[in-house]
Amino acid sequence: MDRPLRLISANPLDQLARTLEALLVVASAPLSAAELAEAADDDAERVEAALRLVAERHAEGRSGIVLEHVAGGWAFRAAREASEACARLFERPAQRNLSQAALETLAIVAYLGPCSRPDIARIRGVAADSAVANLLERGLIAEAGRDDGAGGAIRYRTTPLFERVFGLESLSQLPRLDDVGPDAARIRDRLVTVAEKRSA
Amino acid sequence: MIAVRELELDLDAFEGPFDLLLTLVLKEELDLREVDVAAIVLAFVERLAQREELDLEACGEFLVLIAALLELKARGLFPDEAAELAELEPEVAAEELARRLAEYRRMKDASAWLRDRLAAEGDRFFRIGPAPLAPKAETPLAPQEPERLAEVIRLLAKEPPEVSLAHMALRFPPVSQFLDRFRAVLRRRSRFDFDAEVRGLSRVEQAVAFLALLDLRRGGEVTLDQAAPFAPIRVARRQENRDRDERTVEWTARSA
Repeated sequence: MDRPLRLISANPLDQLARTLEALLVVASAPLSAAELAEAADDDAERVEAALRLVAERHAEGRSGIVLEHVAGGWAFRAAREASEACARLFERPAQRNLSQAALETLAIVAYLGPCSRPDIARIRGVAADSAVANLLERGLIAEAGRDDGAGGAIRYRTTPLFERVFGLESLSQLPRLDDVGPDAARIRDRLVTVAEKRSA
Repeated sequence: MIAVRELELDLDAFEGPFDLLLTLVLKEELDLREVDVAAIVLAFVERLAQREELDLEACGEFLVLIAALLELKARGLFPDEAAELAELEPEVAAEELARRLAEYRRMKDASAWLRDRLAAEGDRFFRIGPAPLAPKAETPLAPQEPERLAEVIRLLAKEPPEVSLAHMALRFPPVSQFLDRFRAVLRRRSRFDFDAEVRGLSRVEQAVAFLALLDLRRGGEVTLDQAAPFAPIRVARRQENRDRDERTVEWTARSA
């Protein structure tokens, strides 16, 4: 029988995948699987399966648009191979010229947050005001309540944009830094020696 | 020998000899936090370099002074910190310092990791902006019973009772009341004084009485006369009144 050309697959997941693509292309922030399921009016399991389909289609080397799991959700981004072209046209104010002070502050907020400016200053040994203001303006950190007690200092945490810029699915993807190794012990020994000399 | 205390300084916060700077600081007239100690050291070293030989005595004096200045400044910068650590036993203080240094070291490592990560992930371009999410429909109402709702609506649908206007009694006396009154007066007398007639009445009643007077005037029943503005109004029965009545009678008779 002479059947008309069918570009659309009969696979029912396919339609859901197209819906998800549509949702993701409109979104300007990652969408969680739950959000996608609600918007597509479909069940979560099927959405997960359809997302795998979308990810397959939109993978590096295969498409200029790449699906990634980032900041607790799914989002489209440009393929890495197009980054130079993108850089010629687009600015990225959130991550451009991050100073060492800003990165250290960002690390403290990411690992210890929510934390206040005094907390940050205590660890870094210098005032954190300008670094915090800078990160706030970039949208990498945001206010997250106050310290306990009246007039408590404002606390900060990292934003989903931070996770997105650094390509993290969540903060739990940050590497463990508990083991600084023998350095800590060495520092302590040296300090104790100095202290003993002084007290003697 | 270099006179350390006379060392000329040109700092952002202070300009003059070192000695004066120390005096001002000790008198707390100059905030040490504003003073760039490194610049003082630089000025001294420059001065030192101008000399052929090393002036050990000057160096010693300068070291003592600058060390004291640095300690003062450090105390000024970390007042709580200083007290906190000073109260601790040396071992504990060292432990505390080591803990802090280790913590800072960890964060330094973390920032290095972030820097590397940013370099590795820097070629990922994506769209950012305010999330254009449609606001979720809020349902702040608790579950409702339809019957109860209908009941309440029925109450609202009932015609409201007619509002009573009883309390809004007409305060104006009818003009006719004064027309009758004035005509009665005029039947007894041919003329009267309006002001005297309405004396003792309320302002509104006086106004209505005046309207009645104007009505009588329009009808040709009276003539009005006032000597001057605000002078008493004299009201007189009009003579023609009778004449006209008579004419009317005549005319009626003739036509008949």
